[in-house]
Amino acid sequence: MKGVRHYPGFLGITIACLVVLYAPLIVVTIYSFNDSNSITSWGGFSWRWYADVFTGPEADRFAAAAWNSITIAFLAATASTAIAVAAALAMIRGGRFKGKSATYALINLPLLVPEIVTAVATLIFFSTIGLTTGYLTILIAHITFCIPFAYLPIAARLSGIEETYEQAARDLYATRAQAFWLILLPLLMPGVISGYLLAFIISLDDFIITNFVKGAGMETLPTAIFGSVKQGIKPNIMAISTLMLAVSVLFVTLSYLVNRIGQKTRT
Amino acid sequence: MSTAIDIRSVVKRYGTTTALHSVGFEIGDNEFFTLLGPSGCGKTTLLRCIAGFEDVSEGQILLFGQDIAGLEPNLRPVNTVFQQYALFPHLSVIDNVAFGLKMKGMALDARRARAGKMLEMVHLSAFADRMPAQLSGGQQQRVALARALAPEPKVLLLDEPLSALDLKLRQAMRVELKSLQEQTGITFVFVTHDQEEALTMSDRIAVMSQGRVQQIGTARDIYEGPVNRFVADFIGETNLMEVDVTAISDGMADVILPGGHALRCPAAATTPGRHHLSIRPERVSLADGGEVTATVERVVYLGTDVQVMTRLPGGVPLSLRVQNSARIAIPAPGASVSLHLEEGAARLLAD
Ligand SMILES: Nc1ncnc2c1ncn2[C@@H]1O[C@H](COP(=O)(O)OP(=O)(O)OP(=O)(O)O)[C@@H](O)[C@H]1O
Ligand SMILES: [Mg+2]
Repeated sequence: MKGVRHYPGFLGITIACLVVLYAPLIVVTIYSFNDSNSITSWGGFSWRWYADVFTGPEADRFAAAAWNSITIAFLAATASTAIAVAAALAMIRGGRFKGKSATYALINLPLLVPEIVTAVATLIFFSTIGLTTGYLTILIAHITFCIPFAYLPIAARLSGIEETYEQAARDLYATRAQAFWLILLPLLMPGVISGYLLAFIISLDDFIITNFVKGAGMETLPTAIFGSVKQGIKPNIMAISTLMLAVSVLFVTLSYLVNRIGQKTRT
Repeated sequence: MSTAIDIRSVVKRYGTTTALHSVGFEIGDNEFFTLLGPSGCGKTTLLRCIAGFEDVSEGQILLFGQDIAGLEPNLRPVNTVFQQYALFPHLSVIDNVAFGLKMKGMALDARRARAGKMLEMVHLSAFADRMPAQLSGGQQQRVALARALAPEPKVLLLDEPLSALDLKLRQAMRVELKSLQEQTGITFVFVTHDQEEALTMSDRIAVMSQGRVQQIGTARDIYEGPVNRFVADFIGETNLMEVDVTAISDGMADVILPGGHALRCPAAATTPGRHHLSIRPERVSLADGGEVTATVERVVYLGTDVQVMTRLPGGVPLSLRVQNSARIAIPAPGASVSLHLEEGAARLLAD
């Protein structure tokens, strides 16, 4: 068979895509180490904008926003992973039940609905029930849209685990709860960790929905960065973006590695 | 002998398919009982009903006199060796074996000691700290056995535990399993589709087909006295032919073989008419002046035996097994031979 490389224009299209996707990231990363006030001309290597992020005039604002982002990501990932595990158990181990396909659609719908629609709808929902926007509303919204991201790797892993392991545990005098905690959960762990990391990064990264439901005076890192950029792009934004990029890459890599280890332990 | 498991008219339906049609029999305490039947006949389904992974649709299962309907699997004094072993991949061999003991609340030292003993029994002491993935199929199978035996169940269910092993290992494990059952005195319910395995190990065998029990008995009962075509055909080799039955009384029938020879043989059928006759090939011999004449069609060399395929008058096939011995002259294809049906060679079937 002819390899994909032999299709005419393959190389050109590939390079074009890679450039469009990654060149901006590379430029931002490089210029975050720029020793000049300009964002376009190179003035030599320096850590000054990283220092500026942590000690400069905007440091307090960024610190508060980072704290919000990280705690929300932590809580949202934890809650959505727990919900996703329960949902996966119901969908994959629950046998047939009424409305199963509808439930499946419901779990995964947030992946398809345009984020702006979700954002507007969520805001309307919160104001209808009279919940003042702030930390709590961001958290609730994040838990909700993180569920499908946590669900996918967990469900994939669970459908690869044969039911006989749980049955063997039950056969050996384990209660339902013991069979879950001692046998199924350890086997499911690679999926759970992978789902958790994905949910964490999705929450950390979210801008549109957060911006709608955050309320006045409340910032997460993405909204804080957006706020700063509106007053003109300073190199410190590049530094903070690079930091977020590093965290994202780290988490996605971890998620990938955990999944790969999981595949090796699959029996 | 007291009864370990009493299965009473059990029906199991999955939606519109019926996996078990009113199955009923008793399994004695300390018995090595085998469920034998082709793929899809309902063997696993019956085991799962006993273990508690399925509810029966109708009927009852009594375990030592107690109705176990609705009893959770962990509350049944029954352990299972699963077809695919289902060793916990994240636990070491010794922890796998000790799992049931841990769930029963045995202290760490005690359960480690007992699990160690069980591993000794299956000759795997050296592998205690390995993970299941680091064992061969035969070793995993023995760990699964040790794990199921460790909590001293009253009944052990084994679902085709030897099917994944090669022939030599399978033969060795048959002997080990049988002696293990005799040592421990635990009731074994053993599932297989391999008739040789069933014949060599079991105290009694239930032959199943399409969700029904066809016949229950000892290996000899079933081999020598099959009640119907299915059993006669499934167990061992046989010649099946339709014959006319002139009279039946006291379990003996007068039948007319194709070619006209009249014969008296044991019968499972109770009314005269047209029935199937089973003739075991190893009970037919070449004999000068034998009562049946036939024409040799083909001769197949099998090593210890030679299979001679003949046709009776009217073209009905009859094959026989002759020992591969220098003293017996094997006829050539086309030759006309006379055959002798030994005692117990023929049996009239019910359907
Ligand atoms: N969960 C199920 N849903 C629907 N039908 C089932 C289910 N489990 C088993 N069956 C059907 O019940 C019948 C008996 O199946 P069972 O697994 O008991 O066969 P078996 O005798 O163990 O076969 P094998 O030797 O292949 O393991 C089969 O026709 C099978 O298709
Ligand atoms: Mg089976």
